[in-house]
Amino acid sequence: MLEKALTGTKKYYGWMAALLAVIGVGFACYLWQFSFGLGITGMSRDVSWGFYIAQFTFLVGVAASAVMVVLPYYLHNYKAFGRITILGEFLAVASVTMCILFIFVDLGQPTRVVNVLLHPSPNSVLFWDMIVLNGYLLLNIVIGWKVLEAERNDVAPAGWLKPLIYLSIPWAVSIHTVTAYLYCGLPGRGFWLTAILAPRFLSSAFAAGPAFLILLCMIVRKLTKFDPGKEQIQSLAKVVAYAITVNVFFFLCEVFVVFYSGIPEHMDHIKYLFVGLHGQGALVPWMWTSMILMVVSIILLVNPVTRKNETVLVVACITVFVGTWIDKGLGMISGGFVPNPLHHVNEYVPTLPEILIALGVWAIGFLVLTVLFKIAVTIKEEVAGLA
Amino acid sequence: MVIDTRKLQSEEDLEPMIEVCDKIHNIPKFENKNHEIKWLWAEEFKHEFPMQEPDFLNDRLKHMSFLTLCNHCEKAPCVRVCPTKATFKREDGIVLMDFHRCIGCRFCMAACPYGSRSFNFRDPRPFIKETNPDFPTRTKGVVEKCNFCAERLAVGKMPACVEASNGALTFGDLDDSESEVRKVLRSNYTIRRKPALGTGPSVFYIV
Amino acid sequence: MPNNKKMYDKGKVVAGLCIFVVLITFPFWFNLGKAAPAPEPKLSDKAKAAKECVMPKATMKTEHMQILNEWRDTVVRDAKRIYTNPSGKKFNMSLSNTCLDCHVEKAEFCDKCHNYASVTPYCWECHIDPKEAK
Repeated sequence: MLEKALTGTKKYYGWMAALLAVIGVGFACYLWQFSFGLGITGMSRDVSWGFYIAQFTFLVGVAASAVMVVLPYYLHNYKAFGRITILGEFLAVASVTMCILFIFVDLGQPTRVVNVLLHPSPNSVLFWDMIVLNGYLLLNIVIGWKVLEAERNDVAPAGWLKPLIYLSIPWAVSIHTVTAYLYCGLPGRGFWLTAILAPRFLSSAFAAGPAFLILLCMIVRKLTKFDPGKEQIQSLAKVVAYAITVNVFFFLCEVFVVFYSGIPEHMDHIKYLFVGLHGQGALVPWMWTSMILMVVSIILLVNPVTRKNETVLVVACITVFVGTWIDKGLGMISGGFVPNPLHHVNEYVPTLPEILIALGVWAIGFLVLTVLFKIAVTIKEEVAGLA
Repeated sequence: MVIDTRKLQSEEDLEPMIEVCDKIHNIPKFENKNHEIKWLWAEEFKHEFPMQEPDFLNDRLKHMSFLTLCNHCEKAPCVRVCPTKATFKREDGIVLMDFHRCIGCRFCMAACPYGSRSFNFRDPRPFIKETNPDFPTRTKGVVEKCNFCAERLAVGKMPACVEASNGALTFGDLDDSESEVRKVLRSNYTIRRKPALGTGPSVFYIV
Repeated sequence: MPNNKKMYDKGKVVAGLCIFVVLITFPFWFNLGKAAPAPEPKLSDKAKAAKECVMPKATMKTEHMQILNEWRDTVVRDAKRIYTNPSGKKFNMSLSNTCLDCHVEKAEFCDKCHNYASVTPYCWECHIDPKEAK
């Protein structure tokens, strides 16, 4: 099936070439980082995790959201999603690939990464995160590939796939839960020290992921002869609508607990993000933008009139994606580190090479995504006799 | 370890200890604050004991400098989170780093509630003024922190800061009720940093 | 049924295979006949006088890296710093202070072979050659 990715229109080749160029630039910056050290980034003694880990966190969410198409189809026999489960699974593959790469580029000693396997430490959440991420990647590659192959050959998927598919459902939840546990189990980091962190991560994931999938479906419809379907897109839009609402609700719960209890160690981080602390507040405009985007998207998505209008839906999905990205990809990680445990306020701003490396990783993700979607869509076209 | 802050009033009093520590452990001095490496350093009360600062703290404490270092916690969060056991707790209670094994994920830095850990954002060697050949430097990409002078304890010496403290610092076995530290703890009121977190710091302050 | 014996694009496939084989064997034929003679690490006077290292010469030659790995784990993780060799002699397990104390000339001893074998052990990124420090 892989050969389907080798032929395409000029536009397809142009897009792939552009991605490869971005990857090239990112890789060159990574080589620089590899020889110099992480000092080329904006990270510091106080903000020791930055843009890379934030992207990782956000993308774990996008990856986990595949469950939002897999679950209704396989557990509730919601037939409509049968058309697009493969798209969800392949999106998960691309996202998890990026997650693993983001962890990798964040390591100070990347050549020693196998130490995690040589000295397995079940007491470390990072050890479990490695297991769930790699497992999820494997599950989605195998499931996606075999189901697509079966569809192409016009046979039923192999029986042994069923248990794997059912396993992939709780597994999807686990990847984002474990990722939240990386943060919320740390004493002395008031911002993350909340039992609702994993649920918050999941709700923003189930908003951002399906919103992105809707956008991808629209692109597929425009560029190819395969139509993911109006009903499918509308169902996904409802998922996004409620997930983003729940996400904002969870955040408000957080705000209530933190400010009504009035515990400074918990308040200071949110203050830093939304109003600034000790005169420093690089993220303030971003955080308010994020909040406004999320609220606007709720209005657009919950209201059936606007949701059913596909042009408005595109806007709403972009709004959700950008809003949750700022929340998790910018605020969530550095917000937890400012102020630091000694209550010094040292801000973090990513540097240009750091952003270029991150863009390189994103480009690798999009390359994987394009190849996988190209294969899936070509086969869907063939099966439907459209090719 | 017990730190008698009554005997260490000003920043100058702390300097000899910090200096000797930096020197024997080959600690680099960076211009860029982001890359700072600190094992032993000075903080004001409100940073040393955040959220423990009374509204009307007496003048002496308010403007005093406190010695800050790794607490070698009884239930150390850094040890708990390390994915390779590069940070581990020795039988004698000292929390150590195995620089050979550290992959530089910096999970321990996020976990430490005392900001005691530093990361080598770049090769430290060009920034070490005078290299001590008896102690290794670090390589870029690993985390480091105070080791309670494990290399000196191994040859029967006291930690360098204790030796340079003119008796203000007492070091010994907290499990041995007859030890010098326990005696000092018995006869003085001491506080610890962020006791509510349950980490069980091994560094006590007489204020 | 297609004819199974027919090979499609025979010319292209064979040419591609040839190029591939030439490329992956490039390092071999490029360096043909240019092999440098194996270096003989130079023992310092102190090492000569000591006659015997921690282990017999042959063992040291092939296994010094394993020994050093074991030493570093024992020292750092088990807080044991004294090593007793099979003949009962005791050593302080330290690269900079024991090994290099005898093998004074790192450049003539360690580096010579490491350079020849093109290995760059990361020991020296942290551990100091006392000579260089001066």
